[in-house]
Amino acid sequence: MQFWRRPLDADTIQVPRGEIHILSEQCKGCGFCVEYCPREVLKLSDSYNKKGYHPPLAAKVDDCVHCQLCELLCPEFAIFVTPKVPSVVGIPVDTRGEEVMVGES
Amino acid sequence: MSQLTHPMESILRMNRMPHIWCPGCGIGTAMTALAEALNKTQIPLDKVAVVSGIGCTGRVAGYVKLDSFHTTHGRAIPFATGLKLANPELKVVVFSGDGDLVAIGGNHFIHAARRNMDIAVFCVNNFTYGMTGGQLAPTTPPPATSTTTPYGAYEQPFNLAHLADSAGASYVARWTVLHIRRLTKSMTEALQKKGFSFVEIICPCPTLYGRRNRIGDGLQEMQFYRDNCIIQHGADTRTIDIKFRDKIVIGKFVDRERPTFLDALNSRLLEALGNRYEPYGKVTENADRN
Ligand code: SF4
Ligand code: SF4
Repeated sequence: MQFWRRPLDADTIQVPRGEIHILSEQCKGCGFCVEYCPREVLKLSDSYNKKGYHPPLAAKVDDCVHCQLCELLCPEFAIFVTPKVPSVVGIPVDTRGEEVMVGES
Repeated sequence: MSQLTHPMESILRMNRMPHIWCPGCGIGTAMTALAEALNKTQIPLDKVAVVSGIGCTGRVAGYVKLDSFHTTHGRAIPFATGLKLANPELKVVVFSGDGDLVAIGGNHFIHAARRNMDIAVFCVNNFTYGMTGGQLAPTTPPPATSTTTPYGAYEQPFNLAHLADSAGASYVARWTVLHIRRLTKSMTEALQKKGFSFVEIICPCPTLYGRRNRIGDGLQEMQFYRDNCIIQHGADTRTIDIKFRDKIVIGKFVDRERPTFLDALNSRLLEALGNRYEPYGKVTENADRN
């Protein structure tokens, strides 16, 4: 996400960060979390769980902004996110080289 | 690191997971919305009862860690009515499917709305009878196919929002499970609303509706909602029937004040009997949880 102009208080903004927890054995590989993560943090792994589904893995762990959308959308209660402290101060740059802005959730 | 538990642990029976629903089915997401909404309202959990009927969605009663009842087919609403009237302090939630609530239990549905019974009804609408094998439901939009209409449905389906509205519900909204935050907000409002509140939750059924009708698997049904839903608060419910593979109007349609069944009963008897009558079921305001 690009800014039109850099916000004046950019250096004081606290950007939340999340730590992702995946309960692989509960996942049924529907892909909701992967598809709708706004930061494209997740992807389906190649490994199988006991039931033969591909659970997701956090491919870009550091990009997670703790929006918890994956946690809300997962029909299997197989993924949840806890806040990571300290949150990043200032506008961080994600793995795509873009500045991260946290939209309203 | 210590073993972390899922934040829904306090409301859902995680030891019964994985649940019975198919991969890509949205009922689990709808259940998350219910749990989130209950958390937001801060209603003490021992004052909440969840009633379900039969069907895939009917299993919800078994997965919540609350007082819950899995009733006979179509009878979730009369059961909830009895529960509410016997113990007016309870927050009674009905969580069931379209087949259960408006086909087998259709009569109960309109009468509870007409009397403005103080219950919250959450209806998961996946346009088919899932558990029994994908038969035509009163919500199946023609010409979708089902196991009982292999050449396509030809009956006019119910427009649930309009049905609830015209029967007299106090609160009517429709969302899909994809709109999870707005759905949760709506469910929170419905839980706090006095009177009959109804939220229709559009939900993918990949196994028996989506794949059969070439919409695709659960994820593709979600993409369909993303591309075809139009949010229109306050829309005239007469105009928002759901057509096959067409735009779906979602939003909050009705939010009005009407005396509930108990209010009407009390005011009638007070008027008729004066102070010989002691009003029934005055709900004391609940303190916060814990
Ligand atoms: S919390 Fe949000 S940003 Fe983090 S993985 Fe989940 S959906 Fe992506
Ligand atoms: S949303 Fe849940 S069940 Fe679906 S792939 Fe992600 S973790 Fe697995």
